[in-house]
Amino acid sequence: MKSFGRLRVRRFYTWRGNPLSSNRKLRTHEYESLAIRVDGLPRTTVIRTGQHILIEGDDDDNPFAAKVVRLFGDESGQQKKAVVQWYVRVSEVPPSKLKLLGRDPHPREIFFYQGGNCDDEVNAESIIRPVQVKHLDADASFPPSDDGDDDETLYVKLAWDSKVFRILDSALVASPPRHPNPSLPPSPPRSPPAATPASRTSSRCTLPTPDPTVLRRAALGEVRRSRAAASAGKNPAAMEALHSETKLSASKCLSAKRRHGTERTPGVRKKLQLCSPEKTVMVREDALTQLLDEELEKERTLAKRVPSSPARSPTLTHRLTPLRRTNKSLAAQDAVSLKPFVITCRKVPLSEVESPTPTRDNSSRAATTPCTKEPKPVREPALGDLTCDPSLLVLQNGVCVLRAEEEAKNSSPPRSSKRKSALKVSYRIRKQLNLMDGQQDLNSDEDDEDEFVPSKELQSSSEEEEAEVVVKKSRVSSAGSRTPRSSTRTPRKTPRKNAPGTPRTPRNATPSIPSRSLPARRPANVLEEARTRLHVSSVPESLPCREQEFQDIYSFVESKITDGTGGCMYISGVPGTGKTATVHEVMRCLQHAADTDEIPPFHFIEINGMKMTDPHQAYVQILQKLTGQKATADHAAALLEKRFSNPAPRKETTVLLVDELDLLWTRKQNVMYNLFNWPTCRHARLVVLTIANTMDLPERVMINRVASRLGLTRMSFQPYTFRQLQQIITSRLNKVKAFEEDALQLVSRKVKPAPSPVPQLLPCVGSLSSLLRQVAALSGDARRCLDICRRATEICELSAAGLVGMSHVMEALDEMFSSAYITAIKCASTQEQLFLRAVIAEFRRLGLEEATFQQVFVQHQALCRVEGLQPVGVSEGLAMCQRLGGCRLLLLESSRLGVLQRVRLNVSQDDVLYALKAD
Amino acid sequence: MSKRKLKNAHLPIGECVSQVHQILRERFCRHQLPERPAGLEAQHKHLEELLKRTAVHGESNSVLIVGPRGAGKTTLLRCVLRELSKETEVQKNLLQVHLNGLLQTDDRVALKEITRQLHLENVVGDKVFGSFAENLAFLLEALKKGDRSSSRPVLFVLDEFDLFAHHKNQTLLYNLFDVSQAAQTPIAVVGISCRLDVLELLEKRVKSRFSHRQIHLLSSLTFPQYLDRVRAQLRLPDDFPDGSFAEEWNASVKSLCEDGSVDEVLRRHFHSSTDFRSMHALLMLCLSRVSVAKPAIRPADLLDASRLCSADTKVNMLRGLSVLELCLIIAMKHLNDVYRGEPFNLQMVHNEFKKFLQRKSNSMYNFEHPVVMKAFEHLQQLELIRPVDGSSAKTQREYQLMRLMLDHSQIMEALQKYPQCPTDIKQWAASAFA
Repeated sequence: MKSFGRLRVRRFYTWRGNPLSSNRKLRTHEYESLAIRVDGLPRTTVIRTGQHILIEGDDDDNPFAAKVVRLFGDESGQQKKAVVQWYVRVSEVPPSKLKLLGRDPHPREIFFYQGGNCDDEVNAESIIRPVQVKHLDADASFPPSDDGDDDETLYVKLAWDSKVFRILDSALVASPPRHPNPSLPPSPPRSPPAATPASRTSSRCTLPTPDPTVLRRAALGEVRRSRAAASAGKNPAAMEALHSETKLSASKCLSAKRRHGTERTPGVRKKLQLCSPEKTVMVREDALTQLLDEELEKERTLAKRVPSSPARSPTLTHRLTPLRRTNKSLAAQDAVSLKPFVITCRKVPLSEVESPTPTRDNSSRAATTPCTKEPKPVREPALGDLTCDPSLLVLQNGVCVLRAEEEAKNSSPPRSSKRKSALKVSYRIRKQLNLMDGQQDLNSDEDDEDEFVPSKELQSSSEEEEAEVVVKKSRVSSAGSRTPRSSTRTPRKTPRKNAPGTPRTPRNATPSIPSRSLPARRPANVLEEARTRLHVSSVPESLPCREQEFQDIYSFVESKITDGTGGCMYISGVPGTGKTATVHEVMRCLQHAADTDEIPPFHFIEINGMKMTDPHQAYVQILQKLTGQKATADHAAALLEKRFSNPAPRKETTVLLVDELDLLWTRKQNVMYNLFNWPTCRHARLVVLTIANTMDLPERVMINRVASRLGLTRMSFQPYTFRQLQQIITSRLNKVKAFEEDALQLVSRKVKPAPSPVPQLLPCVGSLSSLLRQVAALSGDARRCLDICRRATEICELSAAGLVGMSHVMEALDEMFSSAYITAIKCASTQEQLFLRAVIAEFRRLGLEEATFQQVFVQHQALCRVEGLQPVGVSEGLAMCQRLGGCRLLLLESSRLGVLQRVRLNVSQDDVLYALKAD
Repeated sequence: MSKRKLKNAHLPIGECVSQVHQILRERFCRHQLPERPAGLEAQHKHLEELLKRTAVHGESNSVLIVGPRGAGKTTLLRCVLRELSKETEVQKNLLQVHLNGLLQTDDRVALKEITRQLHLENVVGDKVFGSFAENLAFLLEALKKGDRSSSRPVLFVLDEFDLFAHHKNQTLLYNLFDVSQAAQTPIAVVGISCRLDVLELLEKRVKSRFSHRQIHLLSSLTFPQYLDRVRAQLRLPDDFPDGSFAEEWNASVKSLCEDGSVDEVLRRHFHSSTDFRSMHALLMLCLSRVSVAKPAIRPADLLDASRLCSADTKVNMLRGLSVLELCLIIAMKHLNDVYRGEPFNLQMVHNEFKKFLQRKSNSMYNFEHPVVMKAFEHLQQLELIRPVDGSSAKTQREYQLMRLMLDHSQIMEALQKYPQCPTDIKQWAASAFA
């Protein structure tokens, strides 16, 4: 079934009527309405200004909602544009901001978008269909969603300007103008019977608003009981009165009606049974059914527009000819395509029985139970009926369509219905379905959903409906235009729908460390204050010495955000050079700029290679930070791929910071590949900033296609020089007088500790701060520098001095940089020292840097005698050796080897001799 | 039981002795912490200040306690924690997580343990965590939520810190150190390790996030200090129930330490190792000889204990061998002498043994080949000999190359101690041509 689901519908967009006005400068013509015709379907949908529409987005399940402000095209008619007012769906609001709402958003709630930085001009050809948007007062509650009837309606309460939610004036939303009024342009003349179906379709126009008449009548129960009243619908006045009915109730009524209809329409299973052996018949009928369904839809839309136009009825007569013709071709081609439905329908009962929604139950039961006894001949008359009065069948068929669709929807879960999630999934699907049903009722607009074949027979045409149908049979004529190919399509949604549901695990618990019972003490004196400021975690007001890098990154990201394009940047530098801090600073500034509307808003997310257990977790984390969804790695990758590769008119730029990029390396490098590939997608609007330590990471580890995608935008953070370190500390301390002038000068003037060779990296200016010099020479790591200063304040506090002086810094420096090996040797016991000496002696004897314990032990015994100590036993000697090995003064083989284990020194012989000589 | 002692004691002598045993055993087994760790005042102060700042001010810190085994690293930390727990401000705030590199062998286990010790597993409704990834994300999320002033500080103690550095990617260490350097939940990471090169094990970015504070427990001890330490370890506290017995005991301890032979024994121990553990092992052996009949440690006890402590384990094993096995060992020794440590096989050993028998011409030790082989295998099982690496599976047992895992001095010592060792064998051991 999946393969069917992937097929996309082709839509044709044409302007209706003549341009209202034209702009000579821009060479555009403004139109009032746009007709959309779906390839293979006979109906057309008309989009008008002021109407709410759905626009193709990256998420097929949640297309973007918007309101048409203006429709215009260029002179040639090639380009069709629409200016829209956007609405934001709940899923599009960043999860973090959703908290501002203060309540759980309604699943079908949308927000009037006032952000202003989105491109409000869209390609008119991305419009899918009209949609119903309803304004609710801020304090009004949402209509219950579980009755499943008004599911396509979207509700708008608040406006969202990317920062706060505001209460929305209902005037702004003002429902699309109702068009069953005289302002409607006259529908194009009927084409003659011989006319090609295509020509007929193109001229068709429908209205997106629901047909209040039908709904109303359904509500009144007229549908069932009083056929006469229904046929009285011919009375225009009566119909007119019904227009005032609210859409909401109308939709409810319609669905109620539909349910009744279904109850009375048996034959799903029947059809199934018939299907395989009598394929030809089936196919024919199916095709017919399809056509009729289409007609039904048209019927409704028409009825909406001209609810009581009996004048149209004459067209009825010629309708069947083309229809029939198509049937023939259908019979030949449709055999295969019908199969999915067969499966579908058979499975339905299973899922339906499990279904937790009572609303659907009766319809489904109705669908499954009575059909068996419905013999095939019954359908034949129906066909016959059609010939004489096709409209009779139309509505009934419509009901069938709806049901068939519904069942087709249900068809995917039953396969997995044994799984635990099946119940949930099927419930969700059903909900979705309700939504779609409602949508069709209301809009009678065709999108790919209604293209799948109604696997429905035309059976017992109930009189009631017939009567009703008669009223609005006018538009059925177009049905013949339907191409057989369209029937092969299944709704795209079905396979996708249950996919995201399954991996999601409800885990709402938010972990947190308990809060302290006693408040934290504030820093009490200057030294403590200084310590707080010197802590690496404290966020400085500014990042000194990284101005250039800051500027580069800022302008890079800013330009990408303003242009709405994507890009990659690779930032390298040794640890502690402020890479992550600078990027964060840039993001803070950009965020501020976005808050003040200087640049379009963007979404910043951050992942860290070290903070995940596996490179593929990157997908999961990105997805979760982007949408709040939880998914497995593979699924998340697929979702992200889709999100970044599909066009979405209103996408905010996403800035992704990937820290510790090298950890994302995998054998196939697919994680890196994807990360760098997404920004190159035209619609991705993704800026990827990557951070790693090594400058040549792209050359060293990345394969060509990954490195190539990373591009050449690279930046290298040089290790801090001692002057920069000094500046950092000074700026951190800001006005706090904790360090003596000369201690800070320590920074600039100090004795150079003897052992560490300071490479002449930096131009020596006078005598240099040893600390910073040393830090700079070793690593240029600002963290270490701060830690040393912090330690110095502690030492100062211990010694009860007022200000941190030179001696304190020296001590801290010594503590952190002095090697412990020499002290450790000095502190070892006499025999251990002797053993080290024996090791060296044995090395010298052998001329190697390695000896077995046995060899060393002989030397050790000899040395003991020389030193006048009592020789130790082998066991004791081994124990000593192990102790030295534990400290890593010696490197040993596994202790199982006993006297045979080999011994090496982990310190230089000179160090050992130096340490031993000292005492 | 002497009448005199009973008269002076407030408690029966048996009671006192069992009290002594209990007090000293607790001390030697490190169940009871010393008042203050001896000779580590500066380190103690440093660590205490550091942890206090975390607990009280919410300052994140990381520190490594490095020192050789038995230097008192864990004792130091426990002392500091004991002091800190006396302060209510600390006691109410500080959460503690204790991990050991030998128990938490990978990050997955460690994360679960952290979650458990922080009592966070209840947050998800008693649910056992799914994946490692989820757990990590969960924990990081938890730590990220906190901030300096409002959340309770967490103390992470990583015992055998060096083993954590061997975990994949050092994920746990990176994240702990990263949290300690970020404005998140205040944490203090205390690593305990005996490896002096532990910092070199850290990856550079992990290393950069570590604060580079190391507390080294390296103190050079002089012999008088060592003696003082022994005395302090044996001393009964002043609050001992029977004052007069305690006085007597302490006096005996004092006189014990002044004894010449004891001095020599302790000096020998001091030269061998200065750590607490070996001293405790020695004193524990002495203590176990204290009984009601002999309510004091005598120099002879200490000498015996010292002998036990320094006894060579391999020599003890050799004393339990049969004469044939001993003969084989001696033959191996000679082979080692002749071939300068080259490996040997059973045939070579047997030939060497036969040479000895021919010279002696008495057939007292004339064993069948299978018997010799059995003896040889027994030696292998005792790991007195071990096959040369890589030659094990393919060759026949008789020709498998072996190495002797004994030193000559051990063999000679064992022969001295061997009960009723035949003289000719002793002579043979001394010289291959005897």
